[in-house]
Amino acid sequence: MIRVRNLESGYGALRVLKGVSLHVDKGEIVTIIGANGAGKSTLLKTLASIVRPRSGTILLNRAPVVRSSAETIVAMGCSLVPEGRHVFGAMTVVENLALGAYIQYKRGKKYEIEEDLPYVFSIFPTLLARKTQLAGTLSGGEQQMLAMARALMARPGLLMLDEPSMGLAPLMVKELFSVVRRLRDEGKTILLVEQNAKAALGVADRGYVLETGRIVLEGASRELLDNKDVQRAYLGKEYRKINE
Amino acid sequence: MIHTKKAESMPRDDIDQLQVEKLQTTLNRVYRNVAFYKNRFDQCATDIGKIGGVNDMRHLPLTSKADLATSYPYGMFAVPLRDIVRIHTTSGATGRPIVMGYTKNDLCHWAELVARSLSAAGINEHDFVQVAFSYSLFTGGLGFHYGAELIGASVIPSSESADMRKQITVMKDYKVTALVSTPTYALKLAHELREMGVHPEELHLKNGVFGAEPWNQTMREQIEERLHINAFDNYGISEVLGPGIAAECECKNGLHVNEDHFIAEIIDPKTLEPVSEGVQGEVVLTTITKEGFPLVRYRTGDLASLMPGACACGRTFRRLSRVSGRTDDLIIIKGMKFFPSQIEEVLHTVEKITPHYQVVISRNDGLDEMELRVEMSDKIPFFDEIRKLEELKADISRHIKQELNITAKVIFVEPGSFIHEPGKKAKRVIDRR
Repeated sequence: MIRVRNLESGYGALRVLKGVSLHVDKGEIVTIIGANGAGKSTLLKTLASIVRPRSGTILLNRAPVVRSSAETIVAMGCSLVPEGRHVFGAMTVVENLALGAYIQYKRGKKYEIEEDLPYVFSIFPTLLARKTQLAGTLSGGEQQMLAMARALMARPGLLMLDEPSMGLAPLMVKELFSVVRRLRDEGKTILLVEQNAKAALGVADRGYVLETGRIVLEGASRELLDNKDVQRAYLGKEYRKINE
Repeated sequence: MIHTKKAESMPRDDIDQLQVEKLQTTLNRVYRNVAFYKNRFDQCATDIGKIGGVNDMRHLPLTSKADLATSYPYGMFAVPLRDIVRIHTTSGATGRPIVMGYTKNDLCHWAELVARSLSAAGINEHDFVQVAFSYSLFTGGLGFHYGAELIGASVIPSSESADMRKQITVMKDYKVTALVSTPTYALKLAHELREMGVHPEELHLKNGVFGAEPWNQTMREQIEERLHINAFDNYGISEVLGPGIAAECECKNGLHVNEDHFIAEIIDPKTLEPVSEGVQGEVVLTTITKEGFPLVRYRTGDLASLMPGACACGRTFRRLSRVSGRTDDLIIIKGMKFFPSQIEEVLHTVEKITPHYQVVISRNDGLDEMELRVEMSDKIPFFDEIRKLEELKADISRHIKQELNITAKVIFVEPGSFIHEPGKKAKRVIDRR
């Protein structure tokens, strides 16, 4: 689905990603975990062409996309749900969703849009109840749902989620992650960036651990959960001090 | 049967991507966690960030056995010791042993890789697998054991017992269908079978997986003929993992390297430059999934080549030719390894002098034999007393057994027996195998 090689990216003089290689196969949930400032969001922004990489290659469905614009990436079936939701607060839920379907509209798929609206409401029933409410008045969890629903309106093959669990109640996190799992079961591919390593590894097939712009660990989620470095650094498991 | 079809028959460009990712991850990790690699990369001014593909590996420094020896015992571990759940070592016959540590994930991978090798040799959950490798610090026994368990076979951990009769009784009575051992041991078993008057057809053996020492096609034919089995080669070296690095499939035409866990290169042992496909050279291995004891470009000292083309079995992993020899003068006899210099040391401790000597290795009926010829000289005391000479012989023989765990036939020869061309060193080892 997506294949990244030696990606270097950053802002101005700041080098954030220092040669990142990773891939996500079709139908997989892959997570990228890491601490604050590791470069997780920069990675997603670079993949979405919001930030330009300095070097490296990105293949989306085997097509090189490094020089493509952000809207081309969306048109190619890769949508980003940004960190902090970024819903349009002064617009209603339905209007937000309609904006998400813009690319579908341009493709002339009006009929599909009609179909997709009930589909996203079936995934997020709360949104149906708040259909006409202004997005700005929704709770954090609901806004996150709206942001995901909006991305889904473009019918992406690959959905990139940037810290969907941030600032949400544990119950809400659980619900969101079950949606992630459902989307995968329905054939979507998901790249999930998270600080909540435990929840992310619980839902993902594979994971990468990003530290200061470099990938230091990768493997099946089960293996990462078993890895003591991950346990110490991200799962908050403390160990007795043993003389080494 | 292909054990993990998804991995083993992955398209080549997927393997490529996987190797790059895992290689970079490994480099980032060893640079951060292993002082040796940090120093080495810094000294060689190697920017690991510049390693963008498997082809860039030639820019990375090589790791030698001597490097590992100086890091004895735990210097090369990339995780804190409390994360290590198993320790194995090399035999240490060639000096200080090298200590390898495995994490929980390492052991899972190892079992998986051995399971692949056994499956490739046609072994499955219906088989009774007799593991006749020693269960000890050596990786052979436990390495094969967990792989065989993983495929669901009934595993008989008979170990490499010196009691061949007992081994054969187990094999016969427990209806063993697959044998895992060194090729030499398999031939010894065959020999013992003949002595005991047991016809191979009375056994239930079908397949055998052999490794831990170089063996050739002639030996394979002998094993297959004498035990009535299908014999498969397995390549593994303890420093890198143990068994399961590369294994033969049903085509018996090269050993598939588990490329999702290792990157294999072949270099010219003199220039240290990579050689092209099909050309023989030294096998250099990089581990790309190991957590406890990762190795970057480890020089194995084994001579082989990477075979061009795809294999008919459907596996896409590249094939290593069978190991044909060594880059150094390491002698491997009956699975034991030593350098000629170690014989010298033994002679020195016994006689307090270093006489001229010659090691003659021959293969008799598939079994390796070692003869040690020691030149007489006036420096050897009482060289004219037969009884004392016999004692001395026994003494040398016992020391060699002690130090190198090898039974050697010691004979004394006349002074000047080792004629050598002027200006050339005397030939220390004559290998007639």
